[in-house]
Amino acid sequence: MLDVPRVEIRFHGRGGQGAVTAAKVLASAAVDEGKYALAFPEYGAERRGAPVLAFTRIDEKPILEREPILEPDIVVVFDPSLEPEIYMRGLKPNGMLVINTKKTVDQVVKLLEEHGLQKPRCIARIDATDIALKHLRAPIVNTSMLAALVRAAKVVRLETLEENIRKVFAERPHIAEANIKAMEEAYNSTEVVCL
Amino acid sequence: MAVVKEKPREEQLPTRRRKIAATGSDAAAYAVRDADVDVVAVYPITPQAPIAENIAQMIADGELDAELIHVESEHSAMSAAVAAAATGARSFTATSSQGLELMHEILYIASGLRQPVVMALATRALSAPINIWNDYADAMAMRDTSWIMIFSENVQEVYDNLVQAFRIAEHPDVLLPVVVTLDGYILSHTTEALEPLDREEVLSFAPKRPRGYRPVLDPDHPVTIGVLGAPNWYQEVKVQQALAMRESRRVIEETGKEFGKRYGREYGFIEPYYMDDAEVAIVTLGATSSLVKAAVNRLREQGVKAGMVKIRVFRPFPAEELAKVLENVNALGVLDRAVSFGGALEGPLAMEVLSTLAVRGITKPFISFIHGLGGRDIFVKDVVEMYQKLLEAAKSGKSVTRTLFYGVRSRRGHII
Repeated sequence: MLDVPRVEIRFHGRGGQGAVTAAKVLASAAVDEGKYALAFPEYGAERRGAPVLAFTRIDEKPILEREPILEPDIVVVFDPSLEPEIYMRGLKPNGMLVINTKKTVDQVVKLLEEHGLQKPRCIARIDATDIALKHLRAPIVNTSMLAALVRAAKVVRLETLEENIRKVFAERPHIAEANIKAMEEAYNSTEVVCL
Repeated sequence: MAVVKEKPREEQLPTRRRKIAATGSDAAAYAVRDADVDVVAVYPITPQAPIAENIAQMIADGELDAELIHVESEHSAMSAAVAAAATGARSFTATSSQGLELMHEILYIASGLRQPVVMALATRALSAPINIWNDYADAMAMRDTSWIMIFSENVQEVYDNLVQAFRIAEHPDVLLPVVVTLDGYILSHTTEALEPLDREEVLSFAPKRPRGYRPVLDPDHPVTIGVLGAPNWYQEVKVQQALAMRESRRVIEETGKEFGKRYGREYGFIEPYYMDDAEVAIVTLGATSSLVKAAVNRLREQGVKAGMVKIRVFRPFPAEELAKVLENVNALGVLDRAVSFGGALEGPLAMEVLSTLAVRGITKPFISFIHGLGGRDIFVKDVVEMYQKLLEAAKSGKSVTRTLFYGVRSRRGHII
């Protein structure tokens, strides 16, 4: 658990993976828990497959900073094919990388070293694509990645997230339940290593 | 640190209402629902589109009993909204950027006919080049249209300002259209905590007009509105309109105070932030104010006596209030997010602030800043740099006679 009053999280995904929704759902969960939150995407010409950025700030106090997050505490990477230089940019030295990958933690560390990047303090790895395909039959990894984030950094409670997923899919409860199953599997299979 | 007079911080407010997470667009649609709007005439445009979509959903779900008119352009949207208001209906529309430009002709007609249309404007840059992101070029282009203009700093203010807008616009002593802005994307698409009111509360705060309390379009009592105003009478109509705008100040003030009394969030024309002992200050609008406040906090931690003033009501312009709060600063800046090309100073708000002071014989070292055009990100550190520039101006006692553009790419392409 990060022991700071404010947590700044940056989501990196590709169009269609649900990074923007993830940032919003996380903020909703934080508000439900009585905190202040701000979630916003970086808007461009939206198209499926293009790199997407979204941001969530969570704080005990009202948030005035509406600027994009350049030095996040946590980066959440939805797509392993994104360039490490991009998603690691500005990550605080004591920060955390939460990544969807088939690689082991050691292999992720090696990848960062090959790119000449500083290692974060903690790495949380999860094969979210596999979990999403199993439960949702589509590589929409956002809910699994949120569960992995919560397992690694406890920014909100898993139950609050699940309630918010039920709200998002209020008219399609079977989809909500499939997502919640994915989240529970993701939560339990996230591997967190602090270096 | 000095005692700071400012509106109560959110955490001090009564918490009997539940907070929900909502975007600025959600908040606008909730306000329309809770004010029980009768007619919504709207044409979709980014980043306003989610407001229209949300309202359409509410009507489809039976949460709002309103007529949603799908028009063929913004010109028609405003025309329909004006006509609906003329029948006595509570009338709403929303737009952005090019859409507002297409409405422009009817903006003057709405106010000239004294029809209390309420509009949400998700502020956005104007073409060319095509740009869908935030700045205040569209809002500034309507500053002379005789609309009451209220800027929102956060999602809560989008809701609160719209609720107040219906009461102000339809007040028999005002009868002017009101626009409430929400910064495109920065508020329209940002999720934040929102404390909405109950519908009964909103309707008791901003009750709908009793039918036929003034001449309106009514088949049983036919009238013609918007007829020819020849030179023998046109000027009188316009002077009345100018007076109505002046008079609206009283109603706007009452409404903001009453809102505070009822719901714990009081609103004035301006919101001073750490102004009691401020030596340097920046005046700004909208969601940009949050960034400036964050910069003030950072500077105050370093012992710099920085302050800021948020203009909430831009029309009618709060000249008296502003002059009073700026009287004692040593240097003053204005941060604009729009350009008045070729102007004496290129910041439209800067010119407004400067004439406010000049006509009252107040002169201060002054700097006009422009940043954040077409969605260019303004960072808190950029605003801190502006304050540093103001500290230099305070020391030298000199103004900068040209507008300074911040956050512009260097020749090498870096944003500096």
